[in-house]
Amino acid sequence: MVQSSPQILKALENESIEILRETAAGFAKPVMLYSIGKDSSVLLHLARKAFYPAPIPFPLLHIDTTWKFKEMISFRDEIASKFGLDLIVHTNQDGVKEGVTPFTRGISEYTRIMKTVGLRQALDKYGFDAAIGGSRRDEEKSRAKERIFSVREAGHRWNPREQRPELWRTYNTRLRPDQSMRVFPISDWTELDVWNYISLNEIPINPLYFAKERPVVWRGDQMLMVDDDRFPLINGEVPENRLIRFRTLGCYPLTAAVESTATTISEVLEEVSEVKLSERATRLIDGDKEDSMEKKKTEGYF
Amino acid sequence: MATPKVKPVIRLLTCGSVDDGKSTLIGRLLVETDSIPHDTVATARSVRRGGSTIAAGEIDFSLLTDGLEAEREQGITIDVAYRSMTLLNGSRLIIADAPGHEQYTRNMAVAASRSDVALVLLDAARGVRPQTLRHLTICALMGVSRVAIVINKLDMFDYSKEKFEEISAQIAPAVARLNLNEHAIIPVSALVGDNVVFKGENMNWYTGPTLLEYIQNQDLAEDSMTSPHFGIQYISRVDTFRGLAGTLVNGKFNVGDEVVILPSKKRATISKMVTFDGELVTAGHEQTLNIVLEPEVDAARGDVLHLASNAKQPADRFTANIVWLGESDLIHSRSYILISGSTSTPAIVTTIKHKVNIESGEHDSARTLKMNEIGTIEIATDSPIALSNYSDSRETGNFILVDRATLNTVGAGMVVHALRRSENVTEQAYEIDAEKRAAQKGQVGKVLWFTGLSGSGKSTIANEVAKELYALGRHVYVLDGDNLRLGLNKDLGFAKEDRAENVRRVSEVAKLMMDAGLIVIVALVSPFRVDRDQARELFAKGKFIEVWVNTPAELCAQRDPKGLYKKAAAGDLPNMTGIGQEYEAPLSAEVKLDGTLELKVNTEIILEIAK
Repeated sequence: MVQSSPQILKALENESIEILRETAAGFAKPVMLYSIGKDSSVLLHLARKAFYPAPIPFPLLHIDTTWKFKEMISFRDEIASKFGLDLIVHTNQDGVKEGVTPFTRGISEYTRIMKTVGLRQALDKYGFDAAIGGSRRDEEKSRAKERIFSVREAGHRWNPREQRPELWRTYNTRLRPDQSMRVFPISDWTELDVWNYISLNEIPINPLYFAKERPVVWRGDQMLMVDDDRFPLINGEVPENRLIRFRTLGCYPLTAAVESTATTISEVLEEVSEVKLSERATRLIDGDKEDSMEKKKTEGYF
Repeated sequence: MATPKVKPVIRLLTCGSVDDGKSTLIGRLLVETDSIPHDTVATARSVRRGGSTIAAGEIDFSLLTDGLEAEREQGITIDVAYRSMTLLNGSRLIIADAPGHEQYTRNMAVAASRSDVALVLLDAARGVRPQTLRHLTICALMGVSRVAIVINKLDMFDYSKEKFEEISAQIAPAVARLNLNEHAIIPVSALVGDNVVFKGENMNWYTGPTLLEYIQNQDLAEDSMTSPHFGIQYISRVDTFRGLAGTLVNGKFNVGDEVVILPSKKRATISKMVTFDGELVTAGHEQTLNIVLEPEVDAARGDVLHLASNAKQPADRFTANIVWLGESDLIHSRSYILISGSTSTPAIVTTIKHKVNIESGEHDSARTLKMNEIGTIEIATDSPIALSNYSDSRETGNFILVDRATLNTVGAGMVVHALRRSENVTEQAYEIDAEKRAAQKGQVGKVLWFTGLSGSGKSTIANEVAKELYALGRHVYVLDGDNLRLGLNKDLGFAKEDRAENVRRVSEVAKLMMDAGLIVIVALVSPFRVDRDQARELFAKGKFIEVWVNTPAELCAQRDPKGLYKKAAAGDLPNMTGIGQEYEAPLSAEVKLDGTLELKVNTEIILEIAK
């Protein structure tokens, strides 16, 4: 695929910055979701640019399911301290108490409880009226028709049938008391744009995106990393070390690895433009059910 | 000469129905420009839907475009869907795919609002249809600068030049009537591929651009932009730094330029342009930045910076085209929130001039606009705003209207031109003035504004005061809320907006009467503080006397002279003040009457002030 030119990236960046500023100005208490992945890394960089020389005027929120890769958590804390971020970490403690794990519940149910409900809890607890996320329209069908400023009704529900018309760059940020907003500043970006932007701006990203020998087991045709001893091995199974990396990051038992030798950003870029597989194909969650994303989103998922 | 700067990101609107071969056309564009993951393409080679005639192993391009058909089958709302692709020349193409049916005019308007190029698809077998005209009308209205009229399925007519010319001739009158900025008529076969990305062998008689060539040839035209406009989104503050954050459009700013802040018209010089990537000396179209002014004059979110040498005159009345998006009809005289960029102000649609028949282009008279209707209106804003004509700039000539109750976006407006009414009308100075007229009557003109709950005694006291003043030889007039609703204000209801308009009109009439030398008594519930304060602003200090007739709600309900409280209790009057709607008591009324006292006592108090 054709690489994204610096001119394209500049145009996309300007537009994202405008959206971030509109969010900071238009809402009483915005927050930015920080999921530690590459899209979040780009979003964070854009927010630093948007408000420079002032600091980012809103906190960051990480919904920790307790099943993230260890390297995600260490990277998160490193970045937070490096940039002096106001980072809030929230875990759905009810889910933890009930023993909800990716192995004890179906993937959908686990995701609903630990991610969607966890997110709703945090938004309610702090009274955030706008939550900024790094979703892109090219990720998935139902995201392709989502607005940049996307209203959530009571209970954080998305109603795809009643989205506000969004025209020009004139955004309507007004909310009724029971509503909240989800904001997607990088809606128009593609996966390749994200990688090119990271490369161009030398944005720090998680080491899991780079190839390294890591212990894996096979589940069907997908390779999963055994990140800690909570991973249930099938009788006598021994994880093998393979040179792998990740295209997307999430909960480690739900995120498949790809075999790769890419250890630098330019090698990753090369690979991403060559490998032409839909990005979310390495996510176990999306294939769970047809139209699953739209359903999750109506429940309040990002 | 330098080559024209190419737009890095081009937005393409695709309209037309799936039956015209739209999915196949877009699918082919995506595949032939290598913009789609290979696993998705592989699926399109192997999967077939019922009735498909495409040979096994070939790509069914229509499967690649996120199933608009699927949406229809499942009864999910058909909406605008966006897709990105990188063209072979390195430009980014963002496709906004809009459904073409009449009930989705608003969705098409949304998609068209940002599009640089539109693709209007025709099926050669069907020729020009009403929906073709509708699509062209919306493209013209929303200012899509280039339109590719694509005549598809020519493979079914043996790639006939005659067929192409026949349809081209059919479309010509509409193209001429609509005054399209720029257009091309392109013969294609989306199925076989001719003139989409590659020229092909089948239509050598055609010498124009392929669809991709037409789309790619998008000049940025940055050099011709001479009206820089910087809307302030946000004030960036840290330590002693105070920057105005926003996006510059339609031209350039240089450090040292003198700018004017609108609408305040204060002037200052750009001392710094700050970005994360360093300070700029020159900033161009679509650059986001922080501007530091010298001196640091007052400027707030929603204000706009223009070059002092080329500043727009802010206006408060505009003629505009509007696409109605709301579920409830457009009501003129109702107050909406008008938003343009980061600027917002209350606004009232004062006139609906006509609605447009979207197929014939004819104008029909209209009292209202329903969802998906297009019309021309006059709109008045509460405060002046620096809007351009939409034909000069889509970025700065657009606005949306937001419903005050639902806060939904209900209208998409495009400024035709500002009405410089308040400027063209210069106040005439007459030698016989208010003071002289009042002196002739041996009195001092003033307004006594009675506010209070229904049944509080406003009209009763006003009547008594008027009688006494008349007996004293004073010239007095009572403006009674109920009486005015029989005539001047009979178009108004009791919603907040209507009450606002009611107060506005009554205050203007009171002002005229006071100007004529009269003592004016207004008896009006006027429950909202903001409305009363707005009325007060019309008058010189001391001329507007707010009288709060303060009577306990229980007593008012007991009196209930008009039976309104009974009706409200039965649920028939949802906007009854004190029940369904709040009464905002005055904070600093000049006079506070105790409504429980005898009529005579209160009349005396007012009489002392009035005479």
